[in-house]
Amino acid sequence: MSTGEKFTQMVIAIAVFFAVVALILLLTQRLRSRRGELVQSAAFVLPAILLIAVGLLYPALTSIYQSFKDNTGSEFVGLENYQTIFTDGDQVRVLLNTAAWVILVPLVSTIVGLVYAVLVDRSRFEKVAKALIFLPMAISLVGASIIWKFVYDYRDSEKSQIGLANQLLNWLGFDSYRFLLTDPWNTVFLIIILIWVQAGFAMTILSASIKAIPEDIIEAARLDGVGGLKMFRHITIPSIRPSLIVVLTTISITTLKAFDIVRTTTGGNFDTSVLAYQFYVEYFRSYDQGMATAIAVLIFVLVMPIVIYNVRQMRKLEAR
Amino acid sequence: MTVIPEEKGVEAIVAQESVAATAKRGLSSPWASLAAVVIAVLWTIPTFGLLVTSFRPQGDITRSGWWTFFTDPGFTLDNYDEVLNGSSTNLATYFINSIVITVPSVLIPISIATMAAYAFAWMKFPGRDFLFVAIFALQIVPIQVTMIPLLKLYVQPPFDLMPLAGSDAPGGGFYTIWLSHAIFALPLAIYLLHNFMSQIPGELIESARVDGAGHVQIFTRVMLPLMAPAIAAFGIFQFLWVWNDLLVALVFGSSENAPLTARLAELSGTRGQDWYLLSAGAFVSLVVPLVVFLALQRYFVRGLLAGSVKG
Repeated sequence: MSTGEKFTQMVIAIAVFFAVVALILLLTQRLRSRRGELVQSAAFVLPAILLIAVGLLYPALTSIYQSFKDNTGSEFVGLENYQTIFTDGDQVRVLLNTAAWVILVPLVSTIVGLVYAVLVDRSRFEKVAKALIFLPMAISLVGASIIWKFVYDYRDSEKSQIGLANQLLNWLGFDSYRFLLTDPWNTVFLIIILIWVQAGFAMTILSASIKAIPEDIIEAARLDGVGGLKMFRHITIPSIRPSLIVVLTTISITTLKAFDIVRTTTGGNFDTSVLAYQFYVEYFRSYDQGMATAIAVLIFVLVMPIVIYNVRQMRKLEAR
Repeated sequence: MTVIPEEKGVEAIVAQESVAATAKRGLSSPWASLAAVVIAVLWTIPTFGLLVTSFRPQGDITRSGWWTFFTDPGFTLDNYDEVLNGSSTNLATYFINSIVITVPSVLIPISIATMAAYAFAWMKFPGRDFLFVAIFALQIVPIQVTMIPLLKLYVQPPFDLMPLAGSDAPGGGFYTIWLSHAIFALPLAIYLLHNFMSQIPGELIESARVDGAGHVQIFTRVMLPLMAPAIAAFGIFQFLWVWNDLLVALVFGSSENAPLTARLAELSGTRGQDWYLLSAGAFVSLVVPLVVFLALQRYFVRGLLAGSVKG
């Protein structure tokens, strides 16, 4: 398709969509009776309900059903797919990597975000300083991966380096290191990329939360002679605890579902694959529908308790 | 309607800029400042390095690190020209694809969600609370779980409906991507907009009703203007999500309608050492979200603070 045709398609789609919405609104506008209001409600709600039912609910249930079937989806295999995930050597490695991601990314991003939020709070450069950390949030994970792949670029120690990380190693007298190839540390170097992206999110939420701590609590503590790290530990941390939990859980959920970094940097080679990427590989490379859906369902099962906890914490935050 | 109620969002609780108090004074020392500077530098240098690289001649990039640029400068725009218009990369086409994918994928779910959120907040109909809780609960479904059956629905829809995917898909196959993004956005969008909407005082709606306005008038004349900031907040969120998305594009798109992210990921695999292309390509894909983000940061932060967890 040419550029013009693509834009034409886009304009047509938007125009048709808004024409339908306008028509619905116009048609139901005059209805006032009790019955009329029911029709009106349906007009407002049904498009959303239909899309969600057909596009989310039905596929999710089908996925769960298919995760108990074989690679082509023709025969039932019971729990075999799940058994493979937890016993096959490669798959277990994927699980361990995923665990490393889900533990490290939320923890380190939150610590960095919190420390940074406290450090730049009320400083002269607060706005600029925050924007610097925040910017990676606007970058796609593919873009972030390319940025860091360049940092990790490998050349022999004799040659001049073009990757910053190996240049630093050389300057310090060390040999060049294959950051993306050397198992098991390569997973850690990939994890750093997501930490780099997520720290800004942690900082934003926590900074807002720190600013909301009532002045009199801090004053009272100060009069009691509390200061420095003690203030941080006994006043700041307890006051922002709910936000801390929301940040930690939200980043965990994002981490469990992120596959872009692994795909862009190593393609899942060198023992770096994670669940979210393995899902993609099983379906689009191995054409194993049973395994792919089983992995997706496993992600679902892992995410569910975190989301529920997260939502309950957010409710508490709202109620305050 | 001259009375515009003060916005008291979820974010107001967490984001009271004025009642600021700080534990920083206790930590302020040269070391603290140093730590802040170190973090800021660590977070900026990688992007900066790639940005500098994207303006260096191809030969320089392979010969020396970008930091030598400052002692031995060489500036060129050739990389951008090559990556945008060169026949092997042709990112200009993919840039167009990204725009064509993003605009409807933002507008459609926001419109549908705003209407649904209004109904859930201010209309009475049987099953309302149950349906709202159900939608709210569906937020926890990761998109991976829905993808394979959804793809099959697009390829082989029931009741002899027209397939939306495949070789002779309508609209160049864009419909599957638009629809998928719209579907995946709905639960969170409805939930967030419902939160904002239900905070609008009921008297406002009541008085409009007394004046003889129906739901449609209230929705279009009263609600939409009041909801503009919340809609903007979610809009930016959805924009960044769609523009930066890779998974939906890979699963539901084809090489014909792939966005920048998909093309860049492919380049990173096939031409992983061609940094003159990758650096410029990365910035071509970054520039739009960065501009939008910097210009509308305020709304974005508001959206974040309102609690945005997306499937």
